[in-house]
Amino acid sequence: MPAQKMWGGGKSPFNVEYGKLMMWYFLMSDAFTFGAFLISYGTIRFSSVGWPDPNKVFKSYPFAPESANAPLVFVSIMTFILIISSVTMVMAVQAGQQMKKQAVVLNLSLTILGGLAFLSCQAWEWHHLFTEGAWWGRNPFPNADGTIASTNFTNYFFTITGFHGFHVFSGVIINIVMLIMTLTNQFEKRGHYLMIEKAGLYWHFVDLVWVFVFTCFYLI
Amino acid sequence: MEHTTTAHAENHSGGHKEIWKVTGILTVLTIVELALGFYMMNVPLDEHSKRSFIKGTIIILMLAKAFYITAYFMHMKHEVKNLIMTVVVPLFLFVWFIIAFLYEGNSYKNLRNTYDGHFRDRKEIMAPTHKVEEMKEIKEESKPAE
Repeated sequence: MPAQKMWGGGKSPFNVEYGKLMMWYFLMSDAFTFGAFLISYGTIRFSSVGWPDPNKVFKSYPFAPESANAPLVFVSIMTFILIISSVTMVMAVQAGQQMKKQAVVLNLSLTILGGLAFLSCQAWEWHHLFTEGAWWGRNPFPNADGTIASTNFTNYFFTITGFHGFHVFSGVIINIVMLIMTLTNQFEKRGHYLMIEKAGLYWHFVDLVWVFVFTCFYLI
Repeated sequence: MEHTTTAHAENHSGGHKEIWKVTGILTVLTIVELALGFYMMNVPLDEHSKRSFIKGTIIILMLAKAFYITAYFMHMKHEVKNLIMTVVVPLFLFVWFIIAFLYEGNSYKNLRNTYDGHFRDRKEIMAPTHKVEEMKEIKEESKPAE
């Protein structure tokens, strides 16, 4: 379609509701925030002579014996929890588009459960690292080559996973509000479930960010 | 004013089949990433090019996952081109952003390695082994007796 026709008026050039467009712009700005964090992490990592080996740091899981050595296992469980919760969110959005209240309630509840499960995993992981002596300003883990490491590793880890965890937390709160609004028939009265679609966008973004955080901190 | 809300004009393509397909793709990509991660554990640290190659592959898989989440779960693929462009084009700033900053970090490391004696020496200082266990003991000792 020629630009003149698209922007000449009488048409909606973006063909989405105002709130959804603004959600997209918010997410774009949030992407820049996370991007800045991760690029800062990358810059510091590139300017360091050594860096701890994630496989030697993240190697435990709940109820594991002291000697447990299972790198990547716990974090892959966390990753799958978030992917599954994203899938149930898509289901909730679709159910909303078809005005199926029961299905929205079921899938939103599952998404909230997934979010809570992820947060619990993260809480356990933080606590475990804390008992090992890791925190902001404290890093008990040596570099991969055995030399002494700076505290950059733990500072970035806790700041960025913390910021992501805070997003997950807000997402869970938003989804709980959506669930209450669905149960009280507010969307039925409005005649549409567009609010769920916006909450869904936010929730998928949280999953999207985790894809990057997971790769940058645990895999490479 | 002719109608300004387009809420119901939004196209809802896809359906359950598409969701499961994308879920499958995301699962497979994640499993491949993890497999590469496990494989990399056995690659010695000084095999830089091999490690970088694996890391590069993981990053490409990461971007593929990001594409599938945005395009299908967030329905970006089914939006109008105007909307896609206005959100995606600004993100291309990241290309410059990443190259410039990582290059800068690397350059800073090289400069310090060349001119900063303290930084150079730091590479030689070995961390005490069993540091984690020691930290635990210190923490327990410093606990006030009850």
